[in-house]
Amino acid sequence: MIVADRKPIEEIIEEVKGYKHILVLGCNECVTVCEAGGKKEVGVLASALRMHAMNEGREVQIDEHTLERQCDHEYLEEIRDRIDQYDAVVSLACGVGVQFMAEKYHSTPIYPGVNTTFLGATEERGLWTERCQACGSCILARTGGICPIARCAKRLLNGPCGGSSSGRCEINKDVDCAWHLIIERLKALGKLEDYEELSPLKDWSKDRAGGPRKVVREDVQL
Amino acid sequence: MNVKTPSRLEKVLAAGHLAVTSECGPPRGSDPQVIEEKANLIKDYVDAVNITDNQTSVTRMCSLAACIRLKQMGLDPVLQMVTRDRNRIALQSDILGAASFDIHNILCLSGDHQSFGDNPQGQNVHDIDSMQLIQTVRRMRDEGKFLGGDDIKRPPQMFVGAAANPFADPFEIRVPRLAKKVKAGAEFIQTQCIYNIDKFEEWMKGVRDRGLHEKVYILAGMTPMKSVGMAKYMKNRVPGMDVPDEIIKRLSGVPKDKQADEGIQICIEHIQRLKEVEGVAGFHIMAIEWEQKVPEIVKGAGLYPRPDVA
Repeated sequence: MIVADRKPIEEIIEEVKGYKHILVLGCNECVTVCEAGGKKEVGVLASALRMHAMNEGREVQIDEHTLERQCDHEYLEEIRDRIDQYDAVVSLACGVGVQFMAEKYHSTPIYPGVNTTFLGATEERGLWTERCQACGSCILARTGGICPIARCAKRLLNGPCGGSSSGRCEINKDVDCAWHLIIERLKALGKLEDYEELSPLKDWSKDRAGGPRKVVREDVQL
Repeated sequence: MNVKTPSRLEKVLAAGHLAVTSECGPPRGSDPQVIEEKANLIKDYVDAVNITDNQTSVTRMCSLAACIRLKQMGLDPVLQMVTRDRNRIALQSDILGAASFDIHNILCLSGDHQSFGDNPQGQNVHDIDSMQLIQTVRRMRDEGKFLGGDDIKRPPQMFVGAAANPFADPFEIRVPRLAKKVKAGAEFIQTQCIYNIDKFEEWMKGVRDRGLHEKVYILAGMTPMKSVGMAKYMKNRVPGMDVPDEIIKRLSGVPKDKQADEGIQICIEHIQRLKEVEGVAGFHIMAIEWEQKVPEIVKGAGLYPRPDVA
């Protein structure tokens, strides 16, 4: 899923300080799972904004709503009849949802309420870690199902580097060395000899480097 | 004598001599004298001089410009090149730039992570990795081709090196990793600083068991300790470094003003021991900001005078 983290409340307050009628809009997908932008967080942020305004003696109205998805035309349409009431929207969706909102409601200011962080998973309650960088051409078949692009600080395709120590990355002892994990996994699979296969230069044109990407599937288009 | 490039380092190694290389870190400024002074301290005691490429990710004068200075002084520079800061276009372009000044050695590295340096907020590139940089230079030299497939007019003539850390984890892939670098096209190796001689010898045994010492020249990396403080720092703070307690104990056992001498002595003893190890083709002496000690180490280890291969 897309993992997001909460933005500092001060940053959001600063962005929306001039508005009187604000919608805090959550998303029921990824950001709900990672507890950054679901219904619960919408409530918390809205309360904080109300309290701040009250302490400053300002009168603002802050409404709360959470859509099933913000990255989907159908669900975004749900608020079309009320969007004009608002001076601004704080979207707690990922960057995709924020942009989809901005595209759909062209004349309404939209502010991001979270920092979209990575594609990852919940390891345990309150701990999310990165797994994928959406490079556009998956190499996991060659790396024991562990991605060095997402998980090696130098995205080495032929790692590990000389800084790997006791299974940890040179940048931080709390970070696993991806190549250490890959080697352990290759061993478990009885495929350690695969390690000596040289990984070819990667075609980054399928990555962000190639410009904004698009998937077109004529077979499923209506 | 079978050599592929005009590199002096390659000639020394091919002639069967134990080679000696050292390194100079470029200055954090544009004064060319700094690099010339360092080079003058060591030039008669080494066969080639590495110029580091923004080591530990701290911004410095570029390796290529400093290499050109050395070349103009009549030395044989080793251009260190990391994949952290440049994409494949810039790397190939700098290789050609170096070749235009007849720089005949390159050391292919991935580079320390930028979080260690003076620009931790910077992006890192890592378009290709060190193994792929080895392949790139070999392709440019041997096939006369760019990565894109076009012909290179006057291809680079570079003796291609790589680093190896016999002490990083996991240890069991340290020999396979060397094999991989050899397969990619590495012709010489400069190792991480060696303090744990037993472990290095264990690695070398693995290297010999696979016959890798006959395919690549291995230069053992040596860095003299200036003090017990430095030894402790290297042990605890430098990633991938293996400093046994006995080194720290030995340095602690002498008065502070004698620790530097003791560090030099340890370094000389280590070289003398490693000279006997089959497959060690020479020494890479990295006297960090202590270049003036290189002559003493080279002489003390019986590696002086350097052979004349020109």
